[in-house]
Amino acid sequence: MKRLLPLVFIFFHFHFLGQQAFSDTTSGKKVPSVSLKDLNGKTYNTSNLGFSGPVVISFWATWCAPCKKELMAIHEVYEAWQAETGMNLVAVSIDDEKTKRDVITYANGKAWDYTVLLDPNGDFKRSMGVNNVPHTFLLDKHGNIVYTHNNYAPGDEDILFSEIKKLSIE
Amino acid sequence: MLVVCNAVLSWSQGNFTGNIESTFQYLNDDPVINALQPPTKGLINSYMNVFYTNGGFKAGMRMESYLPRIQGYPNRFDGTGIGYRYLGYVNDKVDVTLGHFYEQFGTGLAFRAYEDRALGYDNVVDGARIIFKPVSGFQIKGVYGKQRLTFNGGQVINSAGIIRALDADFNLKEVCQKRLASFPVDVAVGASFVSKYQPDDDDALVLPENVGAYGGRMKLQYKNFTLDGEYILKEQDPSLDNGKIYNKGHAAVVNFGYSKKGLGFSLSAKSADNMSYRSDRNKELQDAFINFLPALNKTHTYNLVATLYPYATQPLGEIAYQADFIYTVKKGSAWGGKYGTTIGINASTTYRPVQHTSGIDVNDSSRVTYEARLFDKSDSLYWRDINFSITRKLNKSLLLVLSYFNITINNDVAKVSNDATGIISSHIGVVEASYKINAKHNIRMELQGMFVNKLSNGNINDKGNWATALIEYTVAPNYFVSFLNQYNYGNPDTDKRVNYPNVTCGYIHESTRVMLSYGRQRAGLFCVGGVCRFVPANNGLTLSFTQSF
Repeated sequence: MKRLLPLVFIFFHFHFLGQQAFSDTTSGKKVPSVSLKDLNGKTYNTSNLGFSGPVVISFWATWCAPCKKELMAIHEVYEAWQAETGMNLVAVSIDDEKTKRDVITYANGKAWDYTVLLDPNGDFKRSMGVNNVPHTFLLDKHGNIVYTHNNYAPGDEDILFSEIKKLSIE
Repeated sequence: MLVVCNAVLSWSQGNFTGNIESTFQYLNDDPVINALQPPTKGLINSYMNVFYTNGGFKAGMRMESYLPRIQGYPNRFDGTGIGYRYLGYVNDKVDVTLGHFYEQFGTGLAFRAYEDRALGYDNVVDGARIIFKPVSGFQIKGVYGKQRLTFNGGQVINSAGIIRALDADFNLKEVCQKRLASFPVDVAVGASFVSKYQPDDDDALVLPENVGAYGGRMKLQYKNFTLDGEYILKEQDPSLDNGKIYNKGHAAVVNFGYSKKGLGFSLSAKSADNMSYRSDRNKELQDAFINFLPALNKTHTYNLVATLYPYATQPLGEIAYQADFIYTVKKGSAWGGKYGTTIGINASTTYRPVQHTSGIDVNDSSRVTYEARLFDKSDSLYWRDINFSITRKLNKSLLLVLSYFNITINNDVAKVSNDATGIISSHIGVVEASYKINAKHNIRMELQGMFVNKLSNGNINDKGNWATALIEYTVAPNYFVSFLNQYNYGNPDTDKRVNYPNVTCGYIHESTRVMLSYGRQRAGLFCVGGVCRFVPANNGLTLSFTQSF
C-alpha cells in the first residue's frame, strides 16, 4: 500500500489538472500578453488593457463586411451599454500593411468611440486562437474570458449584451 | 515523486489557448469550368495550434496535415507533422524566442515573416529572436534564422539562405514622458537592417553571398493629422526575378492622413524598384520572400469585385497612389436621416516606373542595366480603381448599401486571365439590402453586375459581363444559410455562359463553427454567414470545422 500512495497522489494531481485546465473551454482563461499599438501609436499590453469593468475584444478588418456590421450595430447602442454596465469595447484590427492605413480613416470616419488596436502581423490573433474574423471575446472585470462568438449575424449583439449584463449583476 | 506531481500541478495552472481548423472537400469533375476530380476524390487540410504560457514561460506548436492538400494549396504540401514550434521566455524588458517565430519590421518593406493560411502562405523563421525593451517606448529586435519554404512528407523544409536582422523602434513621447508631456507632436522613428546569406551557386557570375537591405521610418502625429513613411534600400541582389542584374533596389511608402469624428481622409504613395528580396535567389512566385510588398489599393469584399480582377504587386517595380475618403453624415440631418448615412470614396492607380538607360551600357561587366529614381512613373498603366459607396439605414430594420466600382487592370503585366487582351476595363454596380425580421432573424441580399468594356476592334474582352445574386438568411446566434449564383452571361463563347451556383449552411456555437457548402466556386475572397476567407475554385462539397479554445 505504501508503494501505491505516490500513485494515488499522482492520480489526484492529474484529476485536479483535468478539472482545472480542461473542464470548461472558456471559464478562468486569461488573455495572453501581446504588445499592440493603438491608432495614436500608444502601446497596450493585451493582458492588462487598463479597464475596470467588462471588456469586449472584437477582432475585425476593414475588408470584412460582417465585422464592420457588428461594430456598427454596437456603435448605435454603445453609450447606453457603457452607462448601464461600465463595459468597454476594444476593436482589434487584423488588417496588414496593405489596408492598415485605412483603419484610422474608417474608425474615425464611422465616428467610433472604441479603443482600436492594430495587429498587423496577427500576433494577438494567433495567441487568442482566432481562426477567422469576426471573432468576439467577453472578459469579466478580472480579465477572465467568459464568452466567445465566432461570427456575426444581426441580433448577435443582443446576446452579447445579455452576457455583459450577467457580469454586472455578479 | 511529489516533486514531479507538483511540477505537473504548476504546469496545469498556466494558460492554454489555441485552435483547430479542418477543411474537407469532395470534388467532382466539371469540364465546363475546367474543374477536375482529384484521384483521391476527397481532400483534407487540418491544423491544430496550442499555445501555453505560465508566468514568463511560453511554448507553442502547430500540427498540420495534408491528406492530400485541398485545392489551391501548393501541390508540394503533403503529410502530417509539426509545422511550427517554439519555446520562449518573456518579462517586462526581454522577450526571447527559440524555434519558429513570426515577425515584422516597420511596414514590412525590409522584413516580414507571416502566415496566411487561406493562401497557403507561410514564411515563418526558424531560429532565435530577442526583443529588448530597456525603457518604455524604446525597443530593439534581433533575429537570426532560416525561413520555411515548404511542408513535405510531414516536415518543414527551409529555404537555402540564412537571415540576420536588427530593428530599433523609438517613440519620443513615451521615452521622454515628463519633459515632453505638453509637446503637441507625437514622433516615432525606427530603423531596420536585414541581411541574407546564400552561397554563390553560379558558374559564370560572381554573386554577392551577403545581401543587405536597410532603411528607416518615421511617424508624426499632430492633433488630427498623421504623416508616416518608410524607405528601404536593397543592395545588389542578382536573382531569378530580376534576370541576375546588379542593380540596387528601393521601396518607399508615404502616407498622409486626416481624421476626426465622422470624417476620415488619407493619401498614400508608393515607389518600388527591383525589390523582390528572397532568402533563396532562385525561387519565384510566392516562395521564400523576406519582405512584404503589398499592393496599394482597397481590398474589396463583394464577390465580383474582389475575385475577378484583383491586383498583386509587381516586385520588379511600380509607382502607386491611393486616396481614401469616408464621411458619416450626422443623424437627424436632412441627408443623414434618422440613423446616419456613410459615404465612402476611394481611388488608386499604379504605373510602371521609368527605367533610365542613357549613359548606361547594358552589356558592360557591371550588369547594372538601368537607373531608377524615386516616384518616377511612366505613362504605362498597371492598375486603376475608382469606387464609391453609400450606406444608409432607412429604419430600424432596413439597411441599404449602394456601390459603384470602375476597375482597370493591365492583363499583360498583372495577369488575371488567359482570355483577355491588354487592358481590361470594367464597371461594377452592387445593391445590398439587409432586413431584420425580428430580434434574431435577418435576411440579406446582394445584386451585382459587372460590365466589361469592349476592345477597340469591337470584340468582347476577357469573359465579358457577369451578374451575381446572393440571398442569406441568419438566425442569431447559431445558424445561417445562403445561396449564391454567379452568371457569366456575357461570355463571347456561348458554351461558356455558365452559372456558378453555391449553397452554404452553417452552425455556430460560441467559438465552434461547422460549415457545409455545395456547388461551383470561383477563386477569391468569399464572405458567407459572417466570415470572410479566401476559397479556391472547385465544384463539389466543402465541409469545414473550426474551433478556438
